[in-house]
Amino acid sequence: MRHTISILVENQFGVLARVAGMFSGRGFNIDSLNVAPTHDKAFSRITVVLKGNDSALDLAIKQLRKLVNVVAVTDFEQGQAVLRELLLIKVKANAQTRAEIIQICDIFRAKIVNVAAQEVIVEMTGNKNKVSAFLNLIEPFGILELARTGQLALTR
Amino acid sequence: MKTSSEPTEFPPPEIGPEMNGADVVVQSLIREGVDVIFAYPGGASQELHQALARTDKIRTILPRHEQGGSFAAEGYARVKGEVGVCMATSGPGATNLVSAIADAYMDSIPLVSITGQVYSKFIGKAAFQETDFYGMTLPVVKHSYLVMDAAELPRIIKEAFHLARSGRPGPVVIDIPKDVQQARLRPVFPSTVEFANPTIAHTPEASDEELKKVLELIASAQRPIIYSGGGIISAEACEELRAFARATNISVATTLMGIGAFPENDPLSLHWFGMHGAAYGNWAVDQADLVLCLGARFDDRITGNVDEFAKQARIVHIDIDSSEHNKNKQVLFPIVSDIKYALGRLNELIAAHAFVPPDTRAWHAQLDSWKRDHPFTYVEGPHITSQEAVKVLYELTKGEAIITTGVGQHQMWAAQFYRYDEPRRYISSLGLGAMGFGYPAALGAKVAAPDKQVIDIDGDGSFAMNIQELATAKIEKINAKALILNNQHLGMVVQWEDRFYNSIRGNTVLGDQEDIGSPDNPDALYPDFVKIADGYGVKGRRVIKREELREAIQEMLDHDGPYVLDVIVPYTEHVIPMIPAGKTVKEMILE
Repeated sequence: MRHTISILVENQFGVLARVAGMFSGRGFNIDSLNVAPTHDKAFSRITVVLKGNDSALDLAIKQLRKLVNVVAVTDFEQGQAVLRELLLIKVKANAQTRAEIIQICDIFRAKIVNVAAQEVIVEMTGNKNKVSAFLNLIEPFGILELARTGQLALTR
Repeated sequence: MKTSSEPTEFPPPEIGPEMNGADVVVQSLIREGVDVIFAYPGGASQELHQALARTDKIRTILPRHEQGGSFAAEGYARVKGEVGVCMATSGPGATNLVSAIADAYMDSIPLVSITGQVYSKFIGKAAFQETDFYGMTLPVVKHSYLVMDAAELPRIIKEAFHLARSGRPGPVVIDIPKDVQQARLRPVFPSTVEFANPTIAHTPEASDEELKKVLELIASAQRPIIYSGGGIISAEACEELRAFARATNISVATTLMGIGAFPENDPLSLHWFGMHGAAYGNWAVDQADLVLCLGARFDDRITGNVDEFAKQARIVHIDIDSSEHNKNKQVLFPIVSDIKYALGRLNELIAAHAFVPPDTRAWHAQLDSWKRDHPFTYVEGPHITSQEAVKVLYELTKGEAIITTGVGQHQMWAAQFYRYDEPRRYISSLGLGAMGFGYPAALGAKVAAPDKQVIDIDGDGSFAMNIQELATAKIEKINAKALILNNQHLGMVVQWEDRFYNSIRGNTVLGDQEDIGSPDNPDALYPDFVKIADGYGVKGRRVIKREELREAIQEMLDHDGPYVLDVIVPYTEHVIPMIPAGKTVKEMILE
């Protein structure tokens, strides 16, 4: 099953390695991982998305809670949290295709943040379904590069 | 988000005079009550040794290998119940500590390992004797620190000791670059430590509701059993366990880590169970309808095939570490609690509510007959056997010695044929199973308990792994004995070869394969442990003849100083009972 786990940690070196080790040491493959400070710079939030056996993951979460620099761990269930991801996508765009790309972006409330002769960079946010729908539509134009934050989550 | 730890008896925050970082380390150790440290110097830890040379409050013991020093620190911690401290230099010094750190992690032993690190400006540059020790030890520590600012040393050391000894104990690593040791500062020694993680300062306690439920389960049980582990000993809950077992009239089978928590000579004792444990202990757990697992973790050497383990029983699992619940075995009733509190409170509830134990006469009759008919046993032959040697040692020491072990057959026999009525008497590397543990651990044990007889019951394979510590014993005047059960083979692996690999020897003979030493072929015995001991200035004796065994052991015990007794035994003995790995009680080999 797919899980989104939010981990509030002390903002110190080595914490990410400990958290990641808790998953890698148990054979979990992390789908996405995001780390950044919270409003209080002493703390960071790590958001991890991964698929795994529920009981093995439950054990990993219990172990995470024991880490000295971990303050809180939440494993979000469906509907409990607001989930969002931000993407930057460099797409091939020439005079013929640019208008259509802009139109798709408008529908998805994505922004064109850079324009060049043969390409545009699009900034897009959304939940998992919106992101994959958008990528399906953009793909035929030719994606040159893609960077994404990985999923972020906050409790409702 | 901060949670304060409980007030301690340590002095209030205090600003010290100007000193260097290494002195701050030593002053902080003294404040934690450290009076002995096992430390091997090198370039990156030299400042720390200079600081240790400036105090008379800490005895610094020089091992002859960092692994020996760290196992000695563990032996000290396991016997004394206090934090053991070891120290090494960067790079190879530090890597030699890894086995003991992993061992302390597996067996939940409070251990603080201090390592020197290269100058911080060299970190990450593959400097001489640089390793990323912080990174290397991440999976086997309770916590670790790389100190980049000397001002943080007092807080970090205080935190490290708190973490090592509190909750479920474990190892903590403190890696200190040389420039941090050399920095000049006026240290601020804190009086308390704070952790952002709310679980650290909080000791979980079972609710009365949970504990009353446990008593209800006991009252309705017909075949209850207590399965108790090392948690009882680390929580200092032996008295509570004893009172609880007697008040409820429930027999106790321990793990190897839990040996001595309940007196093995008590009629309610089923000794220890698991792969090589008592048949009656294994049968009891298998047939029980209620298993009270107290401070243990359903290790695979206890359970065998975990799906079949205690299949008829409702299982109550009380442990301070919630991550142990339902980890290896799904249980009916997990309770997160400090075991000392839970048992103490159970005893209070029993007294307050005039608890009547269930009628288990039929069950006890069954247990007693199993115990009577299937004791730990061995066949006496023309030669000394390992089992007999352990038994004679038990008799001559009246069961009052502290026994340490290496890993293998002798480790099991030392648990089968020596009886332990008190905790912290059987000192062994059990979770990790680290050969070479026995003799250095005996040194640490003897330092922790100088008035007790301390004997390393070892194998010829294990003993050789840290044989250099004979020098430490001699020079530091640590009167620890080694009784080597010398069968010229790696006995436990040979046993598996005999049972599962058609007796094909895969590098398990320690001498000349073409001319293997034995009681019948004494000229081929290799190596000559007595000569090696002599080289270290340690008295030694080889005993081959059965009729000399008792007198030889007595001589070892009477000798005022370290001693190596090399007991020659046949390699053909197997440790029984044996439940092969992954199998069930029904497949237990009894002969």
